[in-house]
Amino acid sequence: MRLIQKVGEWFDLRLQLGTPIRETAEHPVPRETASWFYVFGSAALTCFMLQIVTGILLALIYVPSAGEAWNSLQTLNHGIALGWFIRALHGWGSNFMVAIVLIHMVQVFLFGAYKFPRELTWIVGVLLLLVTLGMAFTGQIMRFDQDAYWGLGIGASIASRVPVIGPWAVNLMLGGPIIAGATLSRFFALHVFVIPGLLIAFVGLHLLMVLKLGINEWPMPGRIVRRATYMQEYRELTHKEGIPFVPSAVWKDILFSGFILLAIAACAVYFGPFGPSGQPDPTIIQTAPRPDFFFLWLYALLSFLPPSAETPILLIAPAIGLIVLLALPFFAGEGEKSWKRRPIAVLTVLLIAVALGTMTHLGEHTPWSPVMDAWSSEPIPQQYIHGRTALERQGALVFQAKQCHNCHSLDNRGGKRGPALDAVALQLTKDQLIRQVIQGGGNMPAYGKNLSPAETSALVAFLETLHPANQKPARNASQVDALGASEVSPR
Amino acid sequence: MSQENGMSRRAMLVKLGIFLNGAVGIFLAVPIVRFLLSPVTREKKFGYESWLSLGGLEQFPAGQTRLATYRNPVVNAWDGETDSIACWVRNVDHKTFQVFAINCAHLGCPVRWFPQSSLFMCPCHGGVYYQDGSRASGPPERGLFQYDYKVEDGKLLIKAGGMPTPGQPVANKVEGKATCA
Repeated sequence: MRLIQKVGEWFDLRLQLGTPIRETAEHPVPRETASWFYVFGSAALTCFMLQIVTGILLALIYVPSAGEAWNSLQTLNHGIALGWFIRALHGWGSNFMVAIVLIHMVQVFLFGAYKFPRELTWIVGVLLLLVTLGMAFTGQIMRFDQDAYWGLGIGASIASRVPVIGPWAVNLMLGGPIIAGATLSRFFALHVFVIPGLLIAFVGLHLLMVLKLGINEWPMPGRIVRRATYMQEYRELTHKEGIPFVPSAVWKDILFSGFILLAIAACAVYFGPFGPSGQPDPTIIQTAPRPDFFFLWLYALLSFLPPSAETPILLIAPAIGLIVLLALPFFAGEGEKSWKRRPIAVLTVLLIAVALGTMTHLGEHTPWSPVMDAWSSEPIPQQYIHGRTALERQGALVFQAKQCHNCHSLDNRGGKRGPALDAVALQLTKDQLIRQVIQGGGNMPAYGKNLSPAETSALVAFLETLHPANQKPARNASQVDALGASEVSPR
Repeated sequence: MSQENGMSRRAMLVKLGIFLNGAVGIFLAVPIVRFLLSPVTREKKFGYESWLSLGGLEQFPAGQTRLATYRNPVVNAWDGETDSIACWVRNVDHKTFQVFAINCAHLGCPVRWFPQSSLFMCPCHGGVYYQDGSRASGPPERGLFQYDYKVEDGKLLIKAGGMPTPGQPVANKVEGKATCA
């Protein structure tokens, strides 16, 4: 022990870091901040450190070349001892990091931590969110599989919509005219050099400010932040009844970080690494590209925006969102910190959480996409064919052969793009069904050119049978008056 | 230490040093920016598109739509499979063709052809197009992108080379018409 002490003293005489480190570690913090609510920032940092370590390990094998990347991931997954585990740790570490950064952001927002004098800490935090999402997006491109390839296509299509410089932006983003070798190389540079560099710099700044300005105190309803008096009040709070950060508060950070690392490792072992999915061969078009979890909401949004509003919303909404986040501490820099007295703040968080959650859920199920193989893989439910006439059964065949099932479900099977047709005869009369099939409309293609009159008659005859047994199908009341009930009597 | 015009000799040397570094910085910035912009300047100088063969006409029977592939004209040795690009060729009547980009006009996902219903469908956000490439339904604002084509020596040639996007459709711009069949 004496030897260790001597070595320590030798270094400290030259480095002179012992005293400042001890002072930093033992700096007083408000008593209530030794709380489980204050552990997310350090947990995010822990995730980032795990990402650095696992990222370097992956870089020992990974080849950032469009021709080789996919193969090198296969080698990592199958050819190298525990390569799959390192990939899984990196993939799950990424998901945990994004999630924890978001939770941390919600916590500091609800605790009013962005108010005076921590405005800049919040702004750097917003930048940290952006670079974290940047890491997640460029990371899924490193996987360089079909999802990555077509994801880049989506990115290029969005970039191309920027007025005037759109086409340039596409070439700059792709490094050439198409998604190819140059594209992966530049995203590799972003993922491994540029964005991590920014991340490290911003984390340093963020931490420095947390230390210089002190951790945000536990918000008490009625304790109002005023620029003139806040610094004095905070000093009293920390120096009169504060506790040293080490060890009084830090043990919760350490325990939680350990728990998060354990959770990441457990997910990595249980669920394994992410992909890669199919080879990045653009001539293989039997694919349904899907982004990673944290971009699913955006994927969903892109299918719901009205076509004419899509470009302006895509280009302007992110800028507005960013400006609002960056400007927040300037128009709400003083006042009440406690969430108990800030109902709009709480409602905003809930609204955004519900919206993102719903969008993500939809993104997982993509009800807006035709089910490409439903016409050949989902049979017509038996009860819809049993006891039907030959014409009606022929109509069921037309329904399958013309891929109606790709967009319309029967008995909850098939596409969800269009309405379910289990009770369509209740809503549309025969004439309305014919018109809808032939002319389309309401987001349905017109089938007039693709159906012979005989096929249309059979299909409509089948659709007319789709109603509950105890309910009569829709009928045209005026026709009844004109022709007499016998002419139009429903089956 | 001599004082001239309120500025010491050393302060002036510092300013001179900063000026020198600034000048060198600008001097270096020019090649750096030109290097970064090379994908753009290269297109301006040489263009990315050229005429490419999709193969003999016998591969594309009249009245049908078939998948064809070509090798992109601008390549790097390390591109792997990404140089092979697919497109849909529709032989309208043996004389007239339509060559559609594989990329959906919404966000670039690969559209699939369904001959039974004569529709192109996109797996990403549900864009649907008629057989002539015009928009049928879904989020796309226009019809499928089309390549210029010509027939030479019994072969079908198209002018291609860049990924078509909503902001930069391929040469022959065909706007989606709302056809009412």
